[in-house]
Amino acid sequence: MKVALFITCLNDTMFPGTGKAVVRLLNRLGHEVDFPQAQTCCGQMHFNTGYRRQALPLVRGFADAFAGYDAVVTPSASCGAMVRDWHPRLAADSGDRALAARVQALTPKVYELSEFLVDVLGVTDVGAYFPHRVTYHPTCHSMRMLHVGDRPLRLLRAVRGIDLVELPEAAECCGFGGTFALKNSEVSAAMCADKVTNVRRTGAEALCAADNSCLMHIGGALSRTRSGVRTVHLAEILASTEEDRT
Amino acid sequence: MSSGTDSGTAARMPTYLGMPAFPDAARRAVGDTRLRRNLAHATSTIRRRRAEAVAELDDWAALREAGRQIKDHVLANLGHYLRLLEEKVTEAGGTVHWARDAAEANRIVTDLVRATGETEVVKVKSMATQEIGLNEALAEAGITAHETDLAELIVQLGDDRPSHILVPAIHRNRADIRDIFRRTMPDAPAGLSDSPAELAEAARRHLRAKFLSAKVAVSGVNFAVADTGTLVVLESEGNGRMCLTLPETLISVMGIEKIVPSWRDLEVFLQLLPRSSTAERMNPYTSAWTGITPGDGPSDFHLVLLDNGRTATLADEVGRQALRCIRCSACLNVCPVYARAGGHAYGSPYPGPIGAILSPQIRGIGSDVDSSLPYASSLCGACFEACPVAIDIPEVLVHLRARAVEKGRKHPLERAVMDVAGWTLRSPARLALAQRAASAGRHVVGRRGRIRRLPGPLSAWTDTRDAPAPPEESFRAWWNRTGGKGE
Repeated sequence: MKVALFITCLNDTMFPGTGKAVVRLLNRLGHEVDFPQAQTCCGQMHFNTGYRRQALPLVRGFADAFAGYDAVVTPSASCGAMVRDWHPRLAADSGDRALAARVQALTPKVYELSEFLVDVLGVTDVGAYFPHRVTYHPTCHSMRMLHVGDRPLRLLRAVRGIDLVELPEAAECCGFGGTFALKNSEVSAAMCADKVTNVRRTGAEALCAADNSCLMHIGGALSRTRSGVRTVHLAEILASTEEDRT
Repeated sequence: MSSGTDSGTAARMPTYLGMPAFPDAARRAVGDTRLRRNLAHATSTIRRRRAEAVAELDDWAALREAGRQIKDHVLANLGHYLRLLEEKVTEAGGTVHWARDAAEANRIVTDLVRATGETEVVKVKSMATQEIGLNEALAEAGITAHETDLAELIVQLGDDRPSHILVPAIHRNRADIRDIFRRTMPDAPAGLSDSPAELAEAARRHLRAKFLSAKVAVSGVNFAVADTGTLVVLESEGNGRMCLTLPETLISVMGIEKIVPSWRDLEVFLQLLPRSSTAERMNPYTSAWTGITPGDGPSDFHLVLLDNGRTATLADEVGRQALRCIRCSACLNVCPVYARAGGHAYGSPYPGPIGAILSPQIRGIGSDVDSSLPYASSLCGACFEACPVAIDIPEVLVHLRARAVEKGRKHPLERAVMDVAGWTLRSPARLALAQRAASAGRHVVGRRGRIRRLPGPLSAWTDTRDAPAPPEESFRAWWNRTGGKGE
């Protein structure tokens, strides 16, 4: 199986540790991972803010970069949902039928990390060790667009040493929403404040999610308030082993 | 239909002219501690109860799909069903009027009331008459409209605006309500307390006098059954039944999208609506009437069919699904933005997620508030999940954002940033260059990996949240250096 990593522009630029964790994890599970250098961005920021004209070249770029792979794995549920839900429609609306056909063929092979592990590789115990108290925030796009369900939690429950605690009001949005956090910063900050309150009620030392965009948002408030809670991407917990600690 | 295509010009909601953009209005609401507390309590309670009521039905998904299909079928054949409805209502002794916009509808209703010689009307809660500002139009003509729904009465007596479709006074608590009654209700009992039972009793006595003296009533319509010409109103207090049966003249105003083909279709919505809105298995008071019945109920019945931007909305292939809405308000109750911004920030009688897609469509994306509404969402999708007729609200929001951007003019800085970002991201080489620049500047902007303050519009982020400092090298740079095998 020829597996490609779709890192996403945000992870590539700001959170390289998450990408390294995906590579380490998949290698450990016996799979080579390729990083197609032509990849850049899925176009979600442009599309969701109303700039469709600027999003289309990114749809085309994605189809070019990932052509020929059996599976495209991404550590971002939000970008994965953009590709799976919207790339086919944007390509169809563009009137370029060759592009539409290529996108149609490619997008079913795009998997969010937990989907790839559970559905394609058929594993829930990835041999990880993470001796910390952790709470998990199911991000909106992972739940309501990709419908990953409890896959991330099944993976986390199998991690040795972990003390996984339930997050109250877990399904409530953290208020990130891309440019929403800037355009409606007051409402966004109010949503984030409630999420932070719920995270702190758990007594966890780390907040986990399948998207660094949401974690960047909640983590920004956790850091500002000196909460003593850090954020960690799902991939980084799953990549951790006992050997890492020695 | 007579409204034709020229209704594509923005319809108007007279009482909502000059509303501020959503973020400005929301800022005030976010700082209102009492409002925040009332809303959080009310929406979380109704949200939990709705989830329980929906979970009781194992065929909810099928009902929801049926609701969606029936509404879509009607919208695709609206001209046919409207003519059928007109024919059946007329056959049953009613009179049908066609209004292309708010002004026309208000004129029709005002003229009908004037013809009776009355100067007071009782009203059963109606979104359509709020949309057109009917009470204000009647007041200009010297006619007083009395709202008879308890929450609408509170809003009206408080000289206020509704902030929720189903619970219009959700922003008020019982202490507020007692103060309003004491101040404005001439027949309020001395020493009225803030107990809900006493408040309800005071309102009941106040309203009973209105019902018994009123000669004219105005209502909205929840559903119109086309093949029999029957109109249906759902309410919870019995005030609607009073209004619909006691007066001599009844005038009902309905949006043209409120039709169902037959009684069999109505069955679907009589399950979907109560469970989604009030979390009830069955609606408490469901009134249905067909034209006039001599010796029983009003002897004069008028139906006003309102377009007011609806045919323009129908013309939009993506946006038209908003016309499926049955005004249950489930989307408001699950919306994290509504729970914090409150209903007034939406600048329309239609607040919350449905308002954010309905108002800019029926009024047009022109004003400050209407061009900001499509952005009043984090696109979390909770509304779509809760909607009993499967309106994909996030899809329509994003669609309307694209229309707002096409219209241009606003946000030149944002446009420039989006252009530069698009140009950078189109090329892996340019992206890598930008990443190297970010990494080089990491010690300038951040300390201990965190940025406390960003300039310009980005300060909206760092006002309340730290931002991460860029890493030493991007993932791409690491891969190139190590081939994906290094540290």
